[in-house]
Amino acid sequence: MTAGTLITDARNTWCPGCGNFSIQHALKSVILEMASEGLPLEKVVLVTGIGCHAKMADYLDVNSFYAIHGRVMPVATGIALANPDLTVVCCAGDGDAYAEGLDHLIFAAKRNINLTVIIHNNRVYGLTTGQYTPTSPLGFRGRSTPKGTVEAAFNPLELVLASGGTFLARGYTRKQPMLQTLIRGAIRHRGFSFIDVLQICATYNDIHEMYDRLTYSLEGHNPGDFDAACRKIREWDYNREAPIALGTFYSVDKLSFEERFRLTPQTPAEREAAIRAHLEEA
Amino acid sequence: MSEWSVLIGGRAGEGLNKAGMVLCSLLHGQGYHVYLYYDYPSLIRGGHNFSIIRAAQRPVFAHRDRVDFLLALNQETVERHRGRLREGGVLLYDDYSVHTEGGVGLPLERILREVQAPEIARNTGIIAGFSCAAGIPWETLEQVIRREIPRGIESNLAVARGVYAVGSTLRQIPGLPQGRRFPLLTGNEATGLGLLAGGLSSYISYPMTPTSNLLHFLAQHADRYRLKVVHPENEIGVMLMALGAAYGGERVAVGTSGGGFCLMTEGLSLAGMAEIPVVIVLGQRPGPSTGLPTYSCQTELHFAISAGQGEFPRLVVAPANPAQACLWSATALRLAWKYQVPGFVLVDKNVAEGAADFDPAGIPSAAPADAVPWNGKGTYGRYTDTGDGISPWLSPPVPGQTVKVNSYTHDGRGISTEDPVVTARLQEKLLRKGAALAAEVAGLPTVLSTGPADARTVLLTWGSCTDPCIEVAGQYGLRVVQPVVLWPFPADALRAALSGADRVVAVEQNSTAQLARLAAAEGIRVHDRILKYDGRPFSLEDLEARVREVAA
Repeated sequence: MTAGTLITDARNTWCPGCGNFSIQHALKSVILEMASEGLPLEKVVLVTGIGCHAKMADYLDVNSFYAIHGRVMPVATGIALANPDLTVVCCAGDGDAYAEGLDHLIFAAKRNINLTVIIHNNRVYGLTTGQYTPTSPLGFRGRSTPKGTVEAAFNPLELVLASGGTFLARGYTRKQPMLQTLIRGAIRHRGFSFIDVLQICATYNDIHEMYDRLTYSLEGHNPGDFDAACRKIREWDYNREAPIALGTFYSVDKLSFEERFRLTPQTPAEREAAIRAHLEEA
Repeated sequence: MSEWSVLIGGRAGEGLNKAGMVLCSLLHGQGYHVYLYYDYPSLIRGGHNFSIIRAAQRPVFAHRDRVDFLLALNQETVERHRGRLREGGVLLYDDYSVHTEGGVGLPLERILREVQAPEIARNTGIIAGFSCAAGIPWETLEQVIRREIPRGIESNLAVARGVYAVGSTLRQIPGLPQGRRFPLLTGNEATGLGLLAGGLSSYISYPMTPTSNLLHFLAQHADRYRLKVVHPENEIGVMLMALGAAYGGERVAVGTSGGGFCLMTEGLSLAGMAEIPVVIVLGQRPGPSTGLPTYSCQTELHFAISAGQGEFPRLVVAPANPAQACLWSATALRLAWKYQVPGFVLVDKNVAEGAADFDPAGIPSAAPADAVPWNGKGTYGRYTDTGDGISPWLSPPVPGQTVKVNSYTHDGRGISTEDPVVTARLQEKLLRKGAALAAEVAGLPTVLSTGPADARTVLLTWGSCTDPCIEVAGQYGLRVVQPVVLWPFPADALRAALSGADRVVAVEQNSTAQLARLAAAEGIRVHDRILKYDGRPFSLEDLEARVREVAA
């Protein structure tokens, strides 16, 4: 494997024009840059779910746990618990994190566990060939809802903010420099970092024209202000057209979950002595 | 008479389990081995709870229906259990809440008021009444109260003194020559100690009877063992978190019951494909569905050996009592890590929540991790093919190496593939690993035999039915055969253990004879079945009558 480029020799099977290429490029660039600044590459662990996004685990030449649909957060939580010094980056799809694994997403945010979560939010199921997801807009016509969905999208940033995430951002795959800035900020943030990345699906949901027209960069926003973050997050509800802010909505420091489990394991001799002492008391 | 049974009953929420443990402690202090069966409904307050304590001159893990002492804290206890009293048995009751003919009423209400003791001290009062009636010296009682009652020792002692003073010896339980005093442990606690001895560093669990108390035990003692104990959002999260932790280098176990295990099966299959070790303590309780949450059964044998999509090796051990639970939990952890497979400790409510005095000599020595290490040469591949199918283990971070695990069919480096040749080779690697595991397991005492080797009739049983079978078989000269490893199924050892038998009687706590069916798949014939599926354990009288029907 070629550690210099961080790309494995696995054959890439994303569709031409897929937004995943942008996220891969951004993530790889940030990891390489942080490595040049002293981050040991072997401490990076990538966890992915199942879906087009998840092929990232095959394509990036870093430690990886190619998990199952919806379960990125608990796997990543276990890894961070085992070793709080690892840099755990999660790539998950919108079907993955917002449908199948929503409970885990909410609890990961609630715990403020030190993870960087990048959601490849293309607002459609790609790998299963075109069904609606929790962030598809009301009326979305997919293969399981040919007459259009009758349930509105939810706003994932609003959910994660309410759940206790301490770093919340939104990126867009056609704004590469900003995406890299957001990923770098998320990795540096100690706690639960969450980036909802608007990504087009070249085959089933190419809405780049709308995103190009409506997205704008947050400016003059105070990311330490919960209420301001909430207002900006709610500006667009993922259903009706509205201005779509990109950037960091919220960033505050709080003790992260895994720090409470920083333990040196007992040696067998220490363990045996502990058991003996325990039974003496029983 | 060499053994004694005591039943204490009252309303749920009144500390009956603790009272049972105190009675165990008293009788153990008199030199007896003790066993506690605790029967309680699935609710917090109200309803009927009772414990049966059995004291004998050798270790026991079974109860009798008939009792020598009946301690009633409420009317319902007398009404439900009066018939259990043996001739010459002693009924002691709280004379405030119980109205009955015969027996001895204890003035618990008056004494509680006199010394202004809290309501919970009523239990201590009836225990003091029992101690006096059984001729147990005051000093022994005082010692046990001081050791076992966590709060309000003085007021409890005052109650005990008051009750003890007004009683008299009604049926002497003679003290035996004092042996070593052992700690009283439940099966859950013994399992926890076994896992700890096996090197457990993390325990992850969502509460569910009958393994909740294992979670409580390990959480309570987490600091002592520098153990990471986590209670996540649900059992799906439990299993996946455990796999993440194992990837990161933890030795991790999870605990649940059938319903929770349903949610874990997705992660179990991932463990099989990704070759990540994990130990699952699966405590059986009657289903289907919610069933009888606080009672017992043996219905998950086939579930445990076949759960999860796809075909992958696993280990299933089914201990019969706390001593076996301790030993085999450590073994399950060791083997799961060595072979990078899921390992099950299949217990049931009777094993998990039953208590007995426990000889600490039975705790295996704490051993270091037994995973096959990487030799550090060349480029690491998580799934490098080897002769026995076990790929060297590595947890990140290792400079210059990547550790890639994968739920998809994958090559030696952990990269996804759909190649038919690689796919077949991966499956064969898993099978070889299973064969290697089976070969090592075959060298362990997988099938335990008790009783005359030339007995023609054999009781074939497993788990918590084992000890009752051994006691009953003793009366009829039968042999008892207990496979303690259930997967890889020890067919050869079982055939050897059954050799010479012309009548094999399966004794199981389910309605379809799950072990007998497993044996049949290996061509081992079972002639009769004694099955019980009402959630309650076999009492000795119960089982004896059933054995007499088929074996006499």
